[in-house]
Amino acid sequence: MEGTAVRRRLTWQTATVGAVIDETSKVRTLSLDVPDWGGHQAGQHLDIALTAEDGYRAERSYSIASAPGEPVAITVERLDDGEVSPYLTQDVQIGDEIEVRGPIGGYFIWDPPVSGDGPLLLAAGGSGVVPLRAILRHRDLVGSSVPVHLLYSVRSQAEVIYRSELDHLNQEADGVNVIYTLTRQQPPGWTGYARRVDQQMMAEVAWPVAPGPLAYVCGPTNFVEAVASDLVALGYPPQRVKTERFGATGTPLLSGLEVV
Amino acid sequence: MEALEDGVLDGNAIGGMLIEVFGAEMTTAVGICGVCGTRGQVAEMPVYQGRMGSVVRCRVCDNVLMVFVEVRGITCVDLSGLASLS
Repeated sequence: MEGTAVRRRLTWQTATVGAVIDETSKVRTLSLDVPDWGGHQAGQHLDIALTAEDGYRAERSYSIASAPGEPVAITVERLDDGEVSPYLTQDVQIGDEIEVRGPIGGYFIWDPPVSGDGPLLLAAGGSGVVPLRAILRHRDLVGSSVPVHLLYSVRSQAEVIYRSELDHLNQEADGVNVIYTLTRQQPPGWTGYARRVDQQMMAEVAWPVAPGPLAYVCGPTNFVEAVASDLVALGYPPQRVKTERFGATGTPLLSGLEVV
Repeated sequence: MEALEDGVLDGNAIGGMLIEVFGAEMTTAVGICGVCGTRGQVAEMPVYQGRMGSVVRCRVCDNVLMVFVEVRGITCVDLSGLASLS
């Protein structure tokens, strides 16, 4: 490891909940004070462990919602039958301690010098927007002028996470264009997309292949599969389409949804 | 390639556990399937998770590449489905 400090082993440590922001009726952002945090990259995640009094332990992965250099934050969507998300979205109080391990992941990250300056296509299904929000904040904080299209597929406007922040970032002059598709319910007068993603939509939203775009796709598995295959069909090289999948029910998962 | 079903995750989801097992970030490591020879980054491999642990399969031929099972706090690892991992 030339010229770098020896990396410490990744271990569980105790974090303190510093602030709580309600994003929607089911989604909450928690900022975490992690004393020994080595810093993270845009797009990484962390693991959270909760241990019950009887010793039962549940671990889940959550995407980091904040940009590098900002305090660590996660955004959690409540699953009513979940083991971890109801606690994190309803019961947790400022000052509570939880076990965390991170940052984790070297694949689904956007690092401007390494990732190149091709335009970015970000595609989010539901709470898959969380790591993409970290990328957008990072782009803003470092003053990058890489143009961005964010396609955000969500059931209704009420379920849009980070809505005011995305509205603020959605400035054509600044190179950011946020495109919603509201798949179940649309407000009166809605003129945007109102269906699940399909190849026609991707052809309209995605950058042409020529300038070497880089795509980040995060959401439930069926969303990621559809978007990634549509992009490859449009000519995107598979290695320029980075994917992160989470489940809707079941076991640990990423990006604010939990799969048990 | 057939589309993966909802509920199937990918190698990103086991990144923390892999660091614990291997002592290094592994989601960008490249594995080669021992059956069909397909190369791929761990992050892109289908992962099936259950109470017992995680099964990582080949995206192309469905061969079981890696199995991780936690028994009394110790992670048991079977990599025999891989030709290589680097």
